[in-house]
Amino acid sequence: MGANLLANYGEAVAMILFAIGFGNLLIQKNLIKKIIGLNIMDSAVYLFLAEKGYVNGRIAPIVVDGVQSVEAYINPVPSGLVLTGIVVSVSVTALMLSLTIRLYMRYHTLNLDEISTQLRKEGL
Amino acid sequence: MDIIRNFPAIAILLCLFAGIFSSGLKEKAAGLVNSCLIVIEIGLNLATLLYTISLGDSFVYVMGKFPAPWGNELRVGVLEALLALFFCVIMFLSMWGGKHKLKDEVDPEKTFLYYVLLDLLLSSLLALIYTNDLFTAYVFVEINTISACGLIMIRQNGRTIEAAVRYMIMSLLGSGLLLLGICMLYDMTGHLLMSNIHEAILTIVAEGQYTIPLLIMIALISVGLAIKSALFPFHAWLPDAYGYSTVSAAAILSSLVSKGYIFLLIKIMYRVVGIDIFRNSHITDILFLFGLMGMIFGSLSAIRENDVRRMIAFSSVAQIGYIYMGFGMGTEAGMVASIFHILSHAATKSLLFIAAIGLTEVSDGKRQFIYLTGSGYRNKMSGVTFTVGSLAMVGVPLFSGFISKLLFSQAAILNHGKMLPAMIVLAISTILNAIYFMKTVIRIYTPVPNSPYPPMDLREHWRYATALFLFIVLNVVLGVFSDPIVRLISNGLAMLG
Repeated sequence: MGANLLANYGEAVAMILFAIGFGNLLIQKNLIKKIIGLNIMDSAVYLFLAEKGYVNGRIAPIVVDGVQSVEAYINPVPSGLVLTGIVVSVSVTALMLSLTIRLYMRYHTLNLDEISTQLRKEGL
Repeated sequence: MDIIRNFPAIAILLCLFAGIFSSGLKEKAAGLVNSCLIVIEIGLNLATLLYTISLGDSFVYVMGKFPAPWGNELRVGVLEALLALFFCVIMFLSMWGGKHKLKDEVDPEKTFLYYVLLDLLLSSLLALIYTNDLFTAYVFVEINTISACGLIMIRQNGRTIEAAVRYMIMSLLGSGLLLLGICMLYDMTGHLLMSNIHEAILTIVAEGQYTIPLLIMIALISVGLAIKSALFPFHAWLPDAYGYSTVSAAAILSSLVSKGYIFLLIKIMYRVVGIDIFRNSHITDILFLFGLMGMIFGSLSAIRENDVRRMIAFSSVAQIGYIYMGFGMGTEAGMVASIFHILSHAATKSLLFIAAIGLTEVSDGKRQFIYLTGSGYRNKMSGVTFTVGSLAMVGVPLFSGFISKLLFSQAAILNHGKMLPAMIVLAISTILNAIYFMKTVIRIYTPVPNSPYPPMDLREHWRYATALFLFIVLNVVLGVFSDPIVRLISNGLAMLG
């Protein structure tokens, strides 16, 4: 168990980071901190994918010097997934930030609970 | 008729293009494009449904002619086509019923964006239903989330923005878990296409490898999708999001968006993991438990609510609990009941939202129960429709809710271990449903002499009245002619496996 963890330290770190990001997104009151948590969580998944997709001693699958053997290259799909995932998380982050700006301009606070209290007072 | 094989792909792409095209149009034109689009989608999906029924089997559409392990695929069976058709019909009726309110609810300069979001939402729903590729499913889950968030916040007031933020946070937690689950699945199997993953999982299980990662992966994906579809403890965002957004958006969000995720979960259960392995993982028991809790606590919250739209929203929490209870039984009968309930809840909940708007409109726009007294007389069509919806929700024969409750009870009887809790909670939940819906119906039919609010002129709002009428017809059709639909669903499930 311990030896396995040490050998796969990249994946272990990714899982710890995922937990940190998930916890932040869930628990933090401050909206900006929540968004930071979101980014940590997403990056942890990309680290996990990149770590899983890389094989020691192999190179990116671009044929140079006529080496055709499958053994020489890594699988490019995980990297492709990471790129797609980054695009998704950038757009989601942008949307969250714009919502945060809207809320801040209206209520002058970034604390989600305080915003809820103010809303209840408004009685809308 | 092989050309029909292309229709699902065309349907998805058409929505995406319509969304892009509408972003350059004015309000009226964008609305027209949206209505035409949904009508065309209904036609395309109907053709696909008839084709799959006549074929008697599912078919695979290969995107871009790349063969199986590399390319991207759509997979179309009876169940997929039925749900896609149904979703398009509900969307059309919801749009039609809420159109006259749109100019009060949304800034006219931004109305075209509303239609763009609807087009994108429809495309993501169709893609979630038809896709055979897990990563494509993830991407469209995110598109679905973003467009749903836009639909919530397009009506600009503090409440909706706060609800949108809460919705996004919950959804992002869910999609984070889903993404991690998909990545683990890819690492174990080396595939992204559902059929290939399933083959690989069968070998893995046969060889006894990766038992713990497999369990964790199933848990991650189920919990992620459960969070996104607002299963009981994760529903905090739901009442505000459904209660304060535009009426069409509320109807569409409650009846379609969460159902898209639920259907993705069904596909993962059947086509990716395999229903036997899924059942043996005991995740179903957890879903069953949370489903039961949702059925009771959702109804209790609805009883406490003093705002008619928030009450309907809380009732959604209970209904989603029913669906997960059906999953939790782990039997085919339970699954059929759940899928029928997806249809019946979609038809009834959108009907209730659209009918409620007519009642509040003749009560000076106020949504608290005290103002709604006697509104059933001031707006006869909405009153009748709301009553039909309430009866359907409670489960009175003739309407769709009765059939789904019947199917759930039959499924419960077939499952010995879970029969008692399921039956007891079903009974309690039905009584609670009856309390808050009948309370509302009695309230709207309590006569008030000399009401200060004018009645609604239905001739002026013929579009709204027709939409309500069609909703009633849809509900009665689901309730009366349920046999062929249930048979279609079980055929479709057999094709999924």
